Amino acid sequence: MAVRTEPFVLNMGPVHPSTHGVFRMRATLDGEVVIDIEPVFGYLHRGIEKLAEQRTYTGITPLTDRLDYISSMSNNLAYCLAVEKLAGIKVPERAEYIRVIMAELQRIAALLIAVGAFLNDCGAYFTPFLYMFRERERIVDLFEMVSGQRLTYNYMRAGGVSQDLPEEFMPALRKFMDMMPRFMDEYDRLLMQNEILIARAKGVGILTGEQAINCSVSGPVLRASGVNWDIRKADPYSIYDRFDFDIPTQATGDCYDRYRQRVEEMRQSLRIIRQAMEQLPSGPVRAELPQLIRPPTGEAYARIEAPKGELGFYLVSDNSIAPYRCHIRPPSLINLTALRDMVRGWKVADLIIIFGSIDITVGEIDR
Amino acid sequence: MATGELSIYNLVKFQAIPPDWPGGFWWHWLFFTVVVIGFVLTMVMGVIYIERRGMGRMQSRLGPNRTGPFGLLQPVADAIKVLLKENIVPVAADKIVHWLAPVIAFAPALMIFAVIPFENGALLADLNIGILYVVAISSVSTVGIFMAGWGSSNKYSLLGAMRNVAAVVSYEIPLVLAIVGVVLIAGSLSLNQMVVAQDIPFILLQPLGFLLFFTAGCAEINRSPFDLMEADSEIVAGFHTEYSGMKFAMFYLVEYAEAVAISAIITTLFLGGWRGPLLPPWLWFIVKVMLVFFAMVWTRTTLPRIRIDQLMAFAWKFLLPMSLLNLFITALQVLADWPTQLIWAMIIVNFAVMAIIILIWSRFFFRLGWGRIEV
Repeated sequence: MAVRTEPFVLNMGPVHPSTHGVFRMRATLDGEVVIDIEPVFGYLHRGIEKLAEQRTYTGITPLTDRLDYISSMSNNLAYCLAVEKLAGIKVPERAEYIRVIMAELQRIAALLIAVGAFLNDCGAYFTPFLYMFRERERIVDLFEMVSGQRLTYNYMRAGGVSQDLPEEFMPALRKFMDMMPRFMDEYDRLLMQNEILIARAKGVGILTGEQAINCSVSGPVLRASGVNWDIRKADPYSIYDRFDFDIPTQATGDCYDRYRQRVEEMRQSLRIIRQAMEQLPSGPVRAELPQLIRPPTGEAYARIEAPKGELGFYLVSDNSIAPYRCHIRPPSLINLTALRDMVRGWKVADLIIIFGSIDITVGEIDR
Repeated sequence: MATGELSIYNLVKFQAIPPDWPGGFWWHWLFFTVVVIGFVLTMVMGVIYIERRGMGRMQSRLGPNRTGPFGLLQPVADAIKVLLKENIVPVAADKIVHWLAPVIAFAPALMIFAVIPFENGALLADLNIGILYVVAISSVSTVGIFMAGWGSSNKYSLLGAMRNVAAVVSYEIPLVLAIVGVVLIAGSLSLNQMVVAQDIPFILLQPLGFLLFFTAGCAEINRSPFDLMEADSEIVAGFHTEYSGMKFAMFYLVEYAEAVAISAIITTLFLGGWRGPLLPPWLWFIVKVMLVFFAMVWTRTTLPRIRIDQLMAFAWKFLLPMSLLNLFITALQVLADWPTQLIWAMIIVNFAVMAIIILIWSRFFFRLGWGRIEV
């Protein structure tokens, strides 16, 4: 006898332990199986794009901190690149190197959180999460030295960075660089071959390269699907063309690959930082600029490879002290569009880890 | 002798009246009811402390250390906190079921301790079917948990409750089959007799049985990696999502009381119960219970959670064949009179058998990641 069943709707979020912020998924379930989901967001909308139209170009930087709040440095960098493109500002060498060091440190910090949160979603009760926070803490300490802040750094400026590195920074960075590879090996030993993790994540939530390109997914999620696309190589910005690093890719595009991809990318970031530390020149860290930047009328789009994918800033200037229009292309939002294809037919538990493996920050989705 | 002076009766200046004396039954009953309740409540506080501090250390943080020396009063603070919380009942909840669920879930966790010996003969009821009683009673908690899930009229709760029922029904079987091996060797169903029979702890004679029982026990009481009935990252808190205040405290208590109960049963069946040198028996018992619980904390901090279909497959395709094989081998050994004659040979053979069976089975017959089953 077949039991009559009917699907039901489960509202996951906006307050839910695994939605990584105030995000809601209207999941239609048939028992434990996900039939359909509908992401609902907007709970964290602060109107950053509109606010930017009433602020000076320098005053917008703190707003960008609040986009993807776990990778503020990357947001700063993307925004400053856009302003520099718009106003035609030349950045001093030392500032470029400092920016690269900061951006790559930020990438490691953000990917640590991504991996930790993913493992937490897998049900490893906070242990990997807190281990990764331990390392992130050291990066945050470094950022605190240069900017005085621990989350919203507001460190980069159009034409450079706000201040030079303090004396104690380089020794601390060197110490971190010595320790970090050992910690990464430790994570690999603990987790890479974990039977339960492999059983949970391998083959789950497959996103093919073709689907990923069609959804215009970027970042680690795209590269885990086997597409070799990294803006640092494909469209080099800042001074990334001077460094020697690889773009790791994975084959299948399942949750386990996305996890592996992030770990590999951290290793590449360490390589870049090491080179940047060696080449770091001396000199000014900020271009000579007027107090209020008035870019000529025109528009500019600058994009970087943020920890989560392609982060772009589109600025339109009408030759005033504030942009006429500021548009942000957040990687989290675009990556999220692939979610529905990935989760249909999987179980609730899979929904959570697939969602976790995309790694979103709601601050960026809602802006 | 020092051990005799420190027995559980002298500890409270009480001379036991044997139950078969006139009126002795009631004295016995009263005394051990108080002992059991006191034991469970204090042990729960102890294990909560161990869990929170132990997990803190394992996760490279300190754990609660503000309340009292070394944070020892943290469980008290937790208890006071939940007691003072508002009791919220959802409007759509089935009020009676919602109210009754924590009680029904808690009672069996307490009742299990009726047959667990704290030292030789010191137990509420030395039932000659003791272990059968434990198996029967421990399943009743599931009813309470399912009532909680159903009565809350919350979808997360319902999902959690469904998962719980599925898990408990599946894991009862390897659990019981693992016990049967011990019963065969001990030749008794009474828990006290089992301890008396353990001249060497049965973990040496039944290593595979111990592992099976530990695993199935963890699944039975929702300990990680089988904690998907209250998987906080998936279904918020599972069956107790809609509980607050004292009712939540009851579920919290159930969770840890069951963990203590399973630890106590493992101690009794496999680790020689109250037996041990030097220390008084009841202290040995407590130490062993704590050790087993510590192992549970350890797995909880180490392993990710498995999925519901993997949980079921693990029970039916791994634990069940393992436990049947274990039972078969043990039965043969008992038939050949090994437990009395060739005890050292039995230890060596059983450890070898455990290693070989687990290796072969996990290599060729079942792996967690193999295939997906619809539940």
